[in-house]
Formats: sequence, structure tokens, C-alpha cells
Amino acid sequence: MTVLNRRTLIKIGGAAAALPLVGGRAFAQEKLKVGFVLIGTPDDNGWNFGHDTGRKYMLDQIGADKVETTVVTNVAEGPDSERVFRELAQQGHKLIYATSFGYGDYVHKVAKQFPDVKFEWATGNSTAPNVSLYNAKFHEGRAVLGTIAGMMTKTNTLAYIGSFPIPEVRMGINAFAIAARKVNPEVKVKVVYVDSWFDPAKEADAARALIDQGVDVITQHTDGPAALQVAEERGIVGGFGQGADMSAFAPKAHLTAIIDNWGPHYVKSVQSVLDGTWVEGSVWDGIASGEVEIGKYNEKIPADVVAAAEKVKNDIAAGTLHPFAGPIKDNAGAERVAAGDVIDDGEFWAVDWYAEGVEA
Amino acid sequence: MTLDLIIPIIITLVGASTPILLAGLGELVAEKSGVLNLGVEGMMLIGAVITVAVVLLTGNHWLAIVCAAGASAAAALIFGFLTLSLSANQVATGLALTIFGTGFSALFGQPYTGKAVPLFRSPFPPELAADPVWRVVFGYSPLVYFSLIMVVAVWWFLQRTRAGLILRAVGENDLSAHSIGYSVIGVRYLAVAFGGAMAGIAGSCFPLILTPQWVERLTTGRGWIALALVVFAAWRPFRLLAGAYLFGLVMTLEVYAKAAGGGFRVLPSELWAALPYLATILVLVLISMRRGGSSSAPACLGKPFLPTG
Amino acid sequence: MQFQLEKRPAPSRTMRIVTPFAAVALTMVLGAIVFTLLGYDGLAAVREIFFTPLTNSYKWQDLAVKATPLVIIAVGLSVSYRANVWNIGAEGQYIVGAIAGTGVGLLTHTMTGPWIFPLMLLAGIAGGAAYAAIPAFLRTQFKVNEILTTLMLTYVSVQLLNYLVFGPWKSPTSMGQPQTVLFSADQSQPYIIPGTIVQVGTPIAIVVALLVWFVMSRSVFGFQVRAVGASPAAARYGGFSANRTVWLALLVSGGLAGLAGILEATGPFGRLVPQFPTNYGFTAIIVAFLGRLHPLGVLIAGTALAITFVGGEVAQTTIQLPFAAVGIFQAMMLFLLLAGDIFVRYRFKRSVPEATRAAA
Repeated sequence: MTVLNRRTLIKIGGAAAALPLVGGRAFAQEKLKVGFVLIGTPDDNGWNFGHDTGRKYMLDQIGADKVETTVVTNVAEGPDSERVFRELAQQGHKLIYATSFGYGDYVHKVAKQFPDVKFEWATGNSTAPNVSLYNAKFHEGRAVLGTIAGMMTKTNTLAYIGSFPIPEVRMGINAFAIAARKVNPEVKVKVVYVDSWFDPAKEADAARALIDQGVDVITQHTDGPAALQVAEERGIVGGFGQGADMSAFAPKAHLTAIIDNWGPHYVKSVQSVLDGTWVEGSVWDGIASGEVEIGKYNEKIPADVVAAAEKVKNDIAAGTLHPFAGPIKDNAGAERVAAGDVIDDGEFWAVDWYAEGVEA
Repeated sequence: MTLDLIIPIIITLVGASTPILLAGLGELVAEKSGVLNLGVEGMMLIGAVITVAVVLLTGNHWLAIVCAAGASAAAALIFGFLTLSLSANQVATGLALTIFGTGFSALFGQPYTGKAVPLFRSPFPPELAADPVWRVVFGYSPLVYFSLIMVVAVWWFLQRTRAGLILRAVGENDLSAHSIGYSVIGVRYLAVAFGGAMAGIAGSCFPLILTPQWVERLTTGRGWIALALVVFAAWRPFRLLAGAYLFGLVMTLEVYAKAAGGGFRVLPSELWAALPYLATILVLVLISMRRGGSSSAPACLGKPFLPTG
Repeated sequence: MQFQLEKRPAPSRTMRIVTPFAAVALTMVLGAIVFTLLGYDGLAAVREIFFTPLTNSYKWQDLAVKATPLVIIAVGLSVSYRANVWNIGAEGQYIVGAIAGTGVGLLTHTMTGPWIFPLMLLAGIAGGAAYAAIPAFLRTQFKVNEILTTLMLTYVSVQLLNYLVFGPWKSPTSMGQPQTVLFSADQSQPYIIPGTIVQVGTPIAIVVALLVWFVMSRSVFGFQVRAVGASPAAARYGGFSANRTVWLALLVSGGLAGLAGILEATGPFGRLVPQFPTNYGFTAIIVAFLGRLHPLGVLIAGTALAITFVGGEVAQTTIQLPFAAVGIFQAMMLFLLLAGDIFVRYRFKRSVPEATRAAA
């Protein structure tokens, strides 16, 4: 990590008074400085934890002699983030990861002012010559969870707790429901949106409400173990970790987890900056390249279920199974995807319906 | 709706209501003495993080709750010192206290994130709560029973004791209370400390009843709901109890209705979320209309006590 | 030996000016000690939080951007508080101002012309004032305490914002993400210093502060506000209507909060998003008090708080001071500043032994 020399910074500050926006290139850089901007703190056991774990992995792989990192936490998705991006760029960071969707407008603003700094915007939707996108196909992992849930449920009632009805969450629900119904056509999926980005107590109450109405497998698209802990307390079949392994919170209920594994991407992208080969682009990988991992299976999952889950995982990785392969009906009964067709990556974001069996 | 759904709803709503009830009772007493402490959210966060730390270190729930009450009362005394001894503005100081509580709890809580906290379960033998109907009576954490006892205790104190009368007098007319010889500042210090202790215990409810973990900003704005609740209840303990359970019902019904599916979104969920606040405003207006234009708020609420000026 | 507080015959002008600086200095000393004891580099923390934003000229533009909404809102609040009208819902009026202005922006999105931006500002002022008119009506008509209604209405306004950006106002090109369309060039704040991010809002803030200072000290309105605030009964004898003062105080503070809201939306944010509320309305309450409810004091206080926000981010990136520590620094500064108030009105005197009730 960095400790700036005060004198250098003040000197640059003074020189820059005439030209306030040109970056601090006066640094004689040996190491590549990489910035990570997080919306929360790395100990959230979810989204931010995943990015920070990826950062550490990247440091290990590339070596602290070649790269150093700065992490800025609790950065709000608004003009405050613009300041942080500019601060990092001015301090000589040559590669900056913006790890949340709401940073996009500000990444683009600052990127224009620092053409020699590379920016990568997680879950974003527009690039620039020095702004690339990276995202992970979490819905592939949802298909594996759906398979497990569909086979394990006794009440044929599954649940999905989401933050807000945005496309990513909706497609996670669809992937989960489609996979579950493939192994168990009787299954329905109850959806509760907590209408908050962060409210553990409400997530827990949502889990209680769902379990009280017959749900016996819960999955959630929110950070943290709140829903999983309720599943443990109530002794239902189980739930899944989101973003990271959460079995410490719910040893019995934790069936497995979707693990965000950003490490391989960070290694690749940092290396390309070191090599001078970084280009504008968009990376959206999933299980195949290791960005989305499935955690350890709980001992209580029967072998045939594990086998089925592994098969879905491996088939997705091999490209022989697509989570959104037709025929797909929506929950009003209309056919949305014909047999032989799939929802491709371009169509993904425009989906505004729920698959058959979803009660939202 | 069938009984086997009504019972779980009751149990969940009692859990959701308990922290706002506890914090509301504390704030009610502070406000009755004439002090408006907007730092409830901050004090709840301090209570929550201290609870987690003590439970993880000692495993003793009661000790954790006592420590939480003590820590939040201490934080309230910072507020008290500034507003009472130094006559600083209560609104600004309360907001500063919330900033402090948020920062302190986040920093202090770092070692305790990512750890499961043991729940504080019902003190009654499990057989008693086995039957669903009896679960409504015996199935709660001791904190729930404590909150109900405190409703009666606060009511009894305010309405039936001499000390309570003095406290109300201090809140209604500090200058005359002072001229009779009561220590206005002393009474307010005690009320503020009590408010802090109760907010701390309210904070305990989060890791011990609702979601057994520590994470930054765990209370997510419930302290502000507690402030609304005190107003909604027109500063009366039993109305506060009813109000807390009504607010809890609104919060709980939302998730149960969503879980039931079938187009709960007749009302935009945003309107649902705004409902407690709109209802509070309506109650304020109704009270005032019924009383011919006089408010039910303690007359000295939020004003510094300046005996010589 | 004991000390007793003795009321000064008149509030001390010297203390009014000296105490804030003393409080900030004391915060630095205490902060350095406390954070050194906690195992951080306390001296560096103080340096980065309080000095870097001032010594590094890169940061001046950030201070301007951050201080602008705080100053505009706090100037309005200082008028209100002088009149003994406790509007603590500026956050809500700020949000509704932004909503009203954005409403005009959405109607005029395909049009061009220099009239559009000023019209949006007017709509923002009108929106904020209209939202503050609700507590004004309730207070004058039903004697309902405005502290409580303004606070309640803030939560309602957040829900209104969410409803609009998740629903009717969601941009058709946002791929389902909750946000309005980006404002067009004619709808955005013009930049005023080439090469920086300083927009027209900053001079507006300064003009607002000067204008309010002038009005408060020179006009009948200003006299009325101060008279009613100082002593409602006496003011009534003087022929001033307390109700009219309540209306004026709330309309002015609400209107200015609304102005700050639409400036923030058309400037740093560039569109409305659910993350738009950033507590400026609450922070401005503190700014108003730090500025001693004086428009010029508010200018300084707004800048001071902006320094701690900007410096807090610097401290995160350079010395890895946790975000939470910045909050503690701010709270410490606020506590000390509020405590310092006592010296304005009182002085310490060595007391004779029989005066035992020291602080009473």
C-alpha cells in the first residue's frame, strides 16, 4: 500500500494550480498503482468481500514488487465517487476498478480527464477508450442453485429475496426458477423484494414471512447472511451463500454458495496494463472462466443431487447447457423463448418478465 | 387468513416492534422532560455493537444488554453535557451524536463482523411454546417481555409517582419548576441517560432477536422511526405500545403480503413505506384539532433551559 | 477552588469568532492523540483530513462542489432558526426541489434554449418551498410542531423519489436500472472555470449568502425575523405577525433547499437516481449552527465541513484511515464546536465556596 511523500504532493499541487486537471505524472513510478473503489466495506461477506478477495489474489499472483493497491471503502454512488476517482488518478493510480453500477457516470467523467488512466467499471453498460466493463454471469450459478433447490425441496415452494426489481436480479430469479422446474416441474418460486439496498433486519423478516408460508429453500440476492441465519434457526431444508461462503453463519442450512471470484479477471487485466496490452472492452464471464464458483456442498445434500448440480455446472462451463435455453414460458403462460432458441447476452438486459412458476 | 399464518405474523411483528418500542420509551421520557435527542439512531448502533462484542467475548446475554445500556447512556451523557450544562442546540447536538454513534460502532465493530451471534431465546421451557397458540405468549426473547414491563413502568412512573410529576413539570414549564426549587438540569440529565440506556437496549434487539450478526449500520434507520413513534403516540406510554405494534404490523404485513404473492403491488411499495410517517402527521393534526389548536408536545421540548435569561 | 459560569451582559463577539477556530484546533490535538492510541498514524490523519484539502490545489474545486449545497441550504436554515422556526426537514425539501426541477427537465428534454436551465431552477425553488409550505400550514393552522412534521416529510420525500425513478421516470435507455435520463446540455449547470469541475452553483451559493446577509441586516423582513425569533410576544406588540414569520421562514429555507437540490441534480449528479439523497439537508443543520446562524459564518462553516469530507477521502487513500474514523473526527469537531457556544454567552469566573451549583 502507498504512503505518499508529502513534499512531492505539495509540489505537484502547486505546479498543478495552473493546470488543475492534469494528473500527477511527476511520480517516478516503478510499481503499477491500482485503485479499488468499494460501495461498502470488505467485511460485508458479500459483494465487497468478493472484490477485496480478488484484489488479494491478484496481489499474490502478480507480486507486490510489481503492483500496489489502494482500497477506498464506503464510497457513495454519486458525486462523492467522482472525487475519489479523481483523487486516485491524481495520486498516480494507472488502473482503477469501480465496483458498482452507480459509479458509471462519474467514471466516464473522470476517464475523459485522465486519458492515460485505465478504468474498469463492474456491472456497467457503456465503454470508452479507457473505460472497460467487467461483470460475471451470476445467473449461471443461480441455475446450479435452482437445480439443488428443486431436488431438495419437500414443499415445492422456493423463495428468492431481492433488493430491487432490476434486470440482474430478475434474471437471477428466472435462471433459478427455470433450473428448479427442470428437475421438479411442481416447484414455484416466491419472490420478495425488500426495496432497500441494505436492511438486514428486513431481509430476516422477509425470510420469516416466506418460511411461514411454506418455503423450505431460500436464496437471496442481497449481501450478508441475514436470510440464511433465519433458515438455520427455523431448521428448513436450507439456503445459499451469496457472494461468499457463509457456512459459518448457518452450518446446517448452508447448502452451498455462489462465490464471486474476481481474482482471475483482476490478474488478467492488471497483467495487460503491465504489458501495455490493455484495450477497451467488455468481459462477461461465468462458470467457465472461474469468475463464478460454486462453493462446498453441505454434507446433507444427497449424492444424486450433488451429481445433478455438478452436471449443470460442468455443462454450463462446457457450453453445452445454456441457463436460458428455450422453450421458456413466462409466468402468465405465454411462450417467450422458442425451443432451440436462447436469451443471448444482448437480449438479457431487456427481459422484463418472470419465468413460469415465479410468484412476484 | 388462517390461524397458522396469523400466529407467525404476530410473532414476527412483535420482534420488529420491540426495538422501536424500547427506543421510543426512552425518548418519550427524555422528551417529557423537555429534551429532544435526535441521536437515537447513533445510540442504538452503539448498543448493538457493544452487545455483539460482549456476547461474543463472554456468551452472557444479560451482561451484554447491561453493557449496551451503559455504553449508550454514556453516549447520551455527552449529549446531555453539551445541551444541558453548556446549553448547546439540541437538534444539532443530536445529529452530531448520530454521526458519532455511526462512526464509533463501525470502527469498534470491525473485529466482530462476519461472526454469528447466539440468539437470546425465550426464557420459558420449550414445551410451553411448542403449541403454536401458546407460542404467542411464551415464544419471545426476554427483551420482549422486558419492553412490555417497561411500558407499564414508564406509565406508572410518569403518572403515579412524585418523581414523574416533577419530570413532567420540568418539561412543561422549566422556569416554574426551577423556581419551586427542582433541579431542572439534574432531572433532564437523568431523563437523557435513561433515554440512552433504552436506546442501547433497543440496539441489543438487532443482534439478539432480529438478525444475529454485526454489520455496519445494522439498525438502518429504525432510530428515526422510533422518533416518529413518540410523536405518533402523543407522548403516552400505552399509545406508544399500540403505535409500535401498529408500525411493526405495517412493516411485517408488507413482507408477508409480498411473500403470499398475488399482486400485493396494488399499492406502490413506496407508499406503504411512507405510511407510518404520513400517519404520524395525521395524528398530530387530529390531536391538535381535538384540543382546539393546542399541541400535545411538552411545552419546553427542544428549548434550552436558561434560568437567568 | 471552583469555577462558575457567569452570563455575559451581551454575547461576546470575540468568542463568537474565536471559539470555532479553537474547537477545530482542539479536535486536531485530541484526534491525533486518540487515533495514535488506537494504533493509527494520528498525526498523519489530522494532516490529511484538515490540511491536505487546503494545501493541495487539486482539492479546491472539490471543496467548492461539496460546500455549495451545504451553504445554500444552511443559509436558508439560518434564517428559519433565527425566527425560532425549526425546519429540520431541509433534506426533504432538497429532494422535492430536485424532483420538481427534474420534472421540468423531463418535459423540456427534447427542446433547446437558454431559458430551460433557469426555468428548472425556478421549479426547484418552487418545489422546495411548496414542500415546506405543508409544515408551515400545519403549524399556523393547527399549531403542529414543525420539528416533527418537517422530519416526517423527509422520509416521505425519499419514497416519492424512489417511486419516480423506479417507475414513471425511469430512463428508457437505462437497461432497467433506476435512473432518469441524463440532463441535456441546456439543462445542466454551466462550468464557470475552464478545466475545473466548478459550476455555476458555487457563485450562486456565494450570492445567496451575501443577499441573505444584506436582507437580514438591512430590511424590515430581517428585523421582523430577528424580532419574532428573539421574543414572539414583544414582536406581537410591535405589530409583526408570528404566523407570517413562520410562513416566510419555511418558504425561504424550503426554497433555498429546493434550489440546492436542483443545482445538485443538474450539476454533480447529472440525473436523478435513488442515491440522490446524501444527507446534505441534515449536514446543513450542523453547518448553520457552526456558522452561528449568520450567512457569512455559514460560508466558512460549509467550507470547513467540506474540508473534512474531502480530507476524509484523502486519508482513506493515502494512509488507509478507515471511513468510520472520519465520522468520529467529524463528530468530535461538532461536539467541541457546540460546546464552544457556551463561551459566547457565558464566561468562567472563580467562584466563592457557597456557590455550589456550578453548572446550573
